[in-house]
Amino acid sequence: MFRSLLFIPGNNPSMLQNADVFSADAIIFDLEDAISISEKNNARNLVRNYLINSSVLPKQIILRVNAIDSEWFYKDIELLKTNKIDYLLIPKMDKLTSDKLTVLLSEYEAKNNMPETKVIALVETARGVEELPLYAENKRLIGLFIGAEDLANDLEIKRTESSEEIFYARSRIVYQSVINHLIPIDTPYTNINNPEGLLRDSTYAMSLGMKAKASIHPNQLDTINKVFSPSPEEIKWAQEIIKINLSKPGHGVFQYQGKMIDKPIINRAEKIIEKAKIFEIL
Amino acid sequence: MKGIAGSKESNDCLISVETNDKTTIEINSIVGAFFYNQILKTIEDTLTEQGLKNVKVVVVDKGALDYTIKSRLLTAIERMKEDV
Amino acid sequence: MINGVKRFIPDNLKPFVSSDEHLNRIRKTVSKKSKTDETVFLHNIDEVFNALNITSGMTLSFHHHLRNGDKVIQLVAKEIEKRDLKNIHLAPSSIFPSYTNLVDLIKNGNVTDIHTNYLNGPVADTISQGYLQGKLIMNTHGGRSRAIESGDLAIDVAFIACPVVDQFGNGHGAIGKSACGTLGYAISDLEYAKKVVLVTDTLVDTLVAHQIDGRYVDYVLVIDSIGDRGGIVSGTTEVSKDPIGLKIAKDCANLLNYLGLIKDGFSMQTGAGKTSLAVVKFVEDIMIKNGIIGSFASGGITKAYVDMLEKDLFKNLYDVQCFDLEAVTSFAKNKNHLAMSASEYGNPFEDNPICNQLDFVILGATEIDLDFNVNVTTDSLGNLIGGSGGHADIAYGSKVSIIISPLIKSRIPIIKERVMTVTTPGSDIDILITERGIAVNPLRKDLLKKLEDSPFTLYKIEELLSITHNITGVPRHIETDEKIIGYVEYRDGTYLDVLRKVKDEYFR
Repeated sequence: MFRSLLFIPGNNPSMLQNADVFSADAIIFDLEDAISISEKNNARNLVRNYLINSSVLPKQIILRVNAIDSEWFYKDIELLKTNKIDYLLIPKMDKLTSDKLTVLLSEYEAKNNMPETKVIALVETARGVEELPLYAENKRLIGLFIGAEDLANDLEIKRTESSEEIFYARSRIVYQSVINHLIPIDTPYTNINNPEGLLRDSTYAMSLGMKAKASIHPNQLDTINKVFSPSPEEIKWAQEIIKINLSKPGHGVFQYQGKMIDKPIINRAEKIIEKAKIFEIL
Repeated sequence: MKGIAGSKESNDCLISVETNDKTTIEINSIVGAFFYNQILKTIEDTLTEQGLKNVKVVVVDKGALDYTIKSRLLTAIERMKEDV
Repeated sequence: MINGVKRFIPDNLKPFVSSDEHLNRIRKTVSKKSKTDETVFLHNIDEVFNALNITSGMTLSFHHHLRNGDKVIQLVAKEIEKRDLKNIHLAPSSIFPSYTNLVDLIKNGNVTDIHTNYLNGPVADTISQGYLQGKLIMNTHGGRSRAIESGDLAIDVAFIACPVVDQFGNGHGAIGKSACGTLGYAISDLEYAKKVVLVTDTLVDTLVAHQIDGRYVDYVLVIDSIGDRGGIVSGTTEVSKDPIGLKIAKDCANLLNYLGLIKDGFSMQTGAGKTSLAVVKFVEDIMIKNGIIGSFASGGITKAYVDMLEKDLFKNLYDVQCFDLEAVTSFAKNKNHLAMSASEYGNPFEDNPICNQLDFVILGATEIDLDFNVNVTTDSLGNLIGGSGGHADIAYGSKVSIIISPLIKSRIPIIKERVMTVTTPGSDIDILITERGIAVNPLRKDLLKKLEDSPFTLYKIEELLSITHNITGVPRHIETDEKIIGYVEYRDGTYLDVLRKVKDEYFR
């Protein structure tokens, strides 16, 4: 589970050696877009040796590998052998990519006697958005991540401050995530010098149902964590509901502050408390 | 044949490796007073691990940690091997 | 012998015992100077040297309010060189990188001894390399005042750069083309030096208010320019954007808040670095959110504090020196922006110096050791790169002193088993905040108890050292040369540590 994810370019030693310090729930070490073609091997070597040797590592580690049909993908997934990677972030996900990925990873895991690798899909093409129902059931998936910059390129449209242009994609990702028990992850807010814009964009994404947001600068993390954490009011509400429910065993339906509380609402309260515990707010 | 990798940014290092008639290691580090021996050991161990002899290694270090030094050296070696 | 911070001190010097030891002693003062002659106005430095008969072996003092823009010390240095005076003892309150012409004077034996509170740049390097024939004494700001008033540091002539002077020899720092604000570091020199020369570039008939009392002034030297006031801007005026610095600053502000230190009537002091500024900003946010009004902020004053004064978040600023031009402007116009002398700021023998009234202070460190001793005087190779300034004064005086620093700077761990040089005794340092954890000095059982059930993860400083070594590796122990080049003097006049020549291979 996460609220915030931070991209760190795989070739930046200063960022790498402090990756454990930043307040992101997960760090995404990037071997793809942040790395120029000539530096692919250099970055991969650095991330590999960092993962193997560093005495301090982030709580959750995600590796953004290069596209599965690129020449670098096979070398990138070699880093799974470090046993330090929690999830792969797969670019340009769509039905075909999902199917190929399943085959490639299954073969690789069998050959190396490794457990099933969990992945997050980077949904960043029109096809990826439209084919969501065809691949969101892939059992390796744990999250759907909207990559709005590449999606806008694919659609030949401009990204705007209001992000109206990605409303459809965001919503589709949220719905597919809910259906398939995945974490919907929002695209980074790219203007690092606009904290108000970040807050607005995060709050809006959260209101659509996004459960987490990626970032491209550590200074964005506190805002994101705050927006995607249960609020003190929510936590208090949830605690009350759970308390009353426990005091009335077997009922499952009761009134609280004039409202009917039933099983789905109790479930929601339990989720809030679980989240609060995971994120060390409680 | 020669390969270069890394940078002179802080916490990084720039390493060049080239074929030579014997193995020489030259280290120029901003933290050499404190870590020269450790940097040298990282270089020597990596060369041994790679089974590489008779190379000239030049390190310009800006406070890189050992895994960074090792990574840059490995890439420089790969690049040297590709440099035909 | 071994002193109170486990350092070797030669037997002929008074060793540091503890930072409270001055409480057992009484204040010693020589009489303030009195003069009957009229103040004489002169127009070139040659005349001043003739009139005062400045000769080899004398002690000349300066303040550093114009900081890197100061031209007065260089003017005097040129005259010393021209006259080839020898064995001059200089006592500037600080030495900045622009004071380059002191280098040759040191190498040629014109200047052989130096008392100062802070130095960096070429002069610092020259002394680190062993060129000063006599000794360098590193004081604190409060300790320098103590040394002057007690006669330990006897000044023959004080040259006081003064942005505006009236016909009676009264002076002020807030106006004039070279306005630099308060002149806090010059007051002891003014009152106790055998002779006083104000150096100015702006004359007026009368000053309504003055910080420099003409009754102490023997000569006024009028020149074209005493300095470039742009050079006073020290450190930075921008809040840190470095995520590590911001994390440390945020943790620091939250810790202060948790400890209940940000409350109505509180007082604080911080340095002028980017991370310190970020702490100030976060503290300001907490004050606004909780409707808190502080009593005062002190120290070298920056724009950040001026803004808070103007928002009525503090009742007063106590300013010993202005760190930027916004502070200079504020000092000139805001009656709640008050001057303090270095003695009122940090002299251990003042009845209730400002440093003793501080609730908390935020300080930096080049190194900190397992006894919490802090070094801000030398780097880890022994090169001089700074000095106490007010560090040891406010660390002692404040109720809670906090060091903020990243654990690692370019692979070099800031925690050492033993610091290269002790600037501030560990008994006066309470909390260390780093990006990977917080350590509380075990002497502060009260703070440890308060933080027992807090959300902050506390480490022993030994644990933080081990975390650091696991990341960086263990740095090699650095040896210095045997030659003693000077001493770190504690604010009470005892000796904290010995300064030794840096080995040739470690020169900066």
